[in-house]
Amino acid sequence: MTRHRPLLLKLLSALIVFGAWEIAGRIPVSYAFPTFLDSMAALARMTFDGSIFVAYAETLQPLVVGVAISAVFGIGLGLWIGLSKGFEWLFSPIFIVMQAAPLAALIPILVMVYGIGLTSKVFVVCIMAMPVIVLNTASAVRNTPASLKEMATSFLARDRDVLLKIILPAASPVIFSGLRLGVSAGFIGAILSELKITPTGVGDIITYSRSIADYPSMYAAIFSIILLAVIFLNLLEKLENVLFEGNNRGYAAD
Amino acid sequence: MQPIKPETRQAVTDSAVSVRNVSKVYGDVQALKDLTLEFPRGELTSLLGPSGCGKTTLLKIIAGLLPATSGEIEVNGQKVTGPGPDRSFVFQDFALLPWASVLRNVAFGLELRGVAKSEREAIAEKYIREVGLAGFEKKFPHQLSGGMRQRVGLARALSVNAQVLLLDEPFSAVDEQTRRKFQEDLLQLVKNEKKTFIFVTHSIEEAVYVSDQIAILLPRPSRVSEIIRPSSFRDKSVDNIRRDPEYLDIVDRIWASLRSYVE
Amino acid sequence: MTLLGYRLPALSSLIIWALLWEVVGRLGLTFFIPPFSEVVATLVGLIPTRAFLNALWVTAYAFLAGVFFAIVIGIPIGILMGKNRIIDELLLPWVNIFLSAPLTALVPVLMVLFGFGTKTVIITTTLFAIWIIILNARAGVRQINRSLVEMARSFGASPLDAFVKIYFWAALPEILGGVRIGVIRAVKGVIIGQLLISIVGFGALFELYSSQFLMAEFWAVLIVLFGLAFALSEFLAYLERKVSYYAASR
Repeated sequence: MTRHRPLLLKLLSALIVFGAWEIAGRIPVSYAFPTFLDSMAALARMTFDGSIFVAYAETLQPLVVGVAISAVFGIGLGLWIGLSKGFEWLFSPIFIVMQAAPLAALIPILVMVYGIGLTSKVFVVCIMAMPVIVLNTASAVRNTPASLKEMATSFLARDRDVLLKIILPAASPVIFSGLRLGVSAGFIGAILSELKITPTGVGDIITYSRSIADYPSMYAAIFSIILLAVIFLNLLEKLENVLFEGNNRGYAAD
Repeated sequence: MQPIKPETRQAVTDSAVSVRNVSKVYGDVQALKDLTLEFPRGELTSLLGPSGCGKTTLLKIIAGLLPATSGEIEVNGQKVTGPGPDRSFVFQDFALLPWASVLRNVAFGLELRGVAKSEREAIAEKYIREVGLAGFEKKFPHQLSGGMRQRVGLARALSVNAQVLLLDEPFSAVDEQTRRKFQEDLLQLVKNEKKTFIFVTHSIEEAVYVSDQIAILLPRPSRVSEIIRPSSFRDKSVDNIRRDPEYLDIVDRIWASLRSYVE
Repeated sequence: MTLLGYRLPALSSLIIWALLWEVVGRLGLTFFIPPFSEVVATLVGLIPTRAFLNALWVTAYAFLAGVFFAIVIGIPIGILMGKNRIIDELLLPWVNIFLSAPLTALVPVLMVLFGFGTKTVIITTTLFAIWIIILNARAGVRQINRSLVEMARSFGASPLDAFVKIYFWAALPEILGGVRIGVIRAVKGVIIGQLLISIVGFGALFELYSSQFLMAEFWAVLIVLFGLAFALSEFLAYLERKVSYYAASR
């Protein structure tokens, strides 16, 4: 029991929640609340007829493009902000405000400017994902341990060496976790744009099955996108731990 | 065992490092005031004093990591304007690259100087053996104990073959027993390497144990209050130093003069 | 950033961005960006209108209610998780899942269950805010120095005393940190909820302005929203700093 305790408790925890869902659906608490088993059956059906894969191919498109653009520009801008006081003064207020602001409110304007196509959706993903990537990169660069920079200077490093051999490797764990948070925000953006701008992909399954009152399918689609996001983000976190194991330790005595 | 004034010392030996009339001002705090000190070649000089006496500031000015407000530093007759290949630094917090192996860390100084990979790794391996870390080349800093990490820092400083080694409280983050072993090894190193060591510490026993010359700094603003050159126990074996009467006398005397500066 | 020896205050660069906005607007490059001065003038005229005040009130109400539930439910759950291992192990996986899950996807479910109104917006807001509050309260309790608790017990504190006088205060810096992040998330939640429902508060206002291409009005409302959100987050950060003076010395 003791060795498998964490796993058993996780299973028990899942059993309780899904059981409660099933019971609430059986009562039912609402005409629009299907049981857990019905929803899973709908998910299985969509999986076997392939419709869910078609939907994800469409949903993930703006997400992948948007996150890629945000990563390139966000890290570039973040490095610049972290290295230059002037740049920090000029740009960081924008991203600090963006970080706190409900950027979703920009969606109607984006739709007016770029229409209802892929461009708008990519933009939504970008504005959601960019601030955290920029701010994480900038603060990682600023927080490079001073003693490492001093060490490099004392061994006659040039500025380029300090950037490439000290600052970038020291900052990469925080930059990576900024990317992970960016992906997480990007998921919100991608889903939001499918629900708000035009129903495509998974957003289409959700909207369509709601309109024809096929609630099990609607719940199944929502369940699957949340599951996908959580699994993907967890994998990124695992990868982060493997890649940067020990990177934050090993300075003075710990 | 009389305290010897800086002026008289200058005449006696040839100096590797000369500090002349150096002052350092941070904002409106005077950290160092008109400080003059000579560091004899091939010897180990300790900078000893209570916290806040500016000993680390002085060391970093010698290293070229901090600019002096006024006064000048000469290393082998050359004026110091910044870090140079004639000096290397051992850091209090080790300053190891956490993402690099022991081998790369030790070779890092040479890497920055553009030495080819195979050559610098051969040199690094030699010094890794010398500090007693053979077999740990592929390990990463977080897999080492505090004492081993500082051995890496020491090997890195040795591998660039600088004439002057600057050690900033190198043993303060390691435990007491490791520290004793380090002190013994340091004595051996001074004997073998024919380099000039400048050693910052706040431990009286440590300073007396390892030094050829001890400069006592007093704070606010920092100045050299006296210079002590132990004479009788320097050639004794490491095991006998701590019971030498002169050793004990010097420790007591330094404590008597520093006592009033400890809060 | 210093210029000619003067320290430029933080955020002062926003003036430059506003000037840039003005120039772009004056040049008439795009219909979608009216001059900043025009937006500000519209803003001044817009604030006293019934439609704006109504949207602000509806939003503030949903936001405050959502944050209230997130705090009142979240903090006790977090403290409980920090103190009780079984509860912790049962709940933690779910808290972590919902913390990183794209909760936007749940809004359609809330809409069919709770209708197209304020109730759904409140629940969305709570869902956005609560997970980080729980997690931080839990972390706050778990880091409490054992000797502090033992000190209280050795002086004969009752469990209630220990809870009120030790646990809450010792965990307060973390709890407030969680509330701050939760509140920022709640701002996003309340707007996302209103946008998707489209018939309440600012969501309805945005719908109206964008369908009639009232760009100045649209930007004016955005400025108010972003400004309020930023002011709120700075205010909470200030509060957190006031408490965190003892965070380091516990």
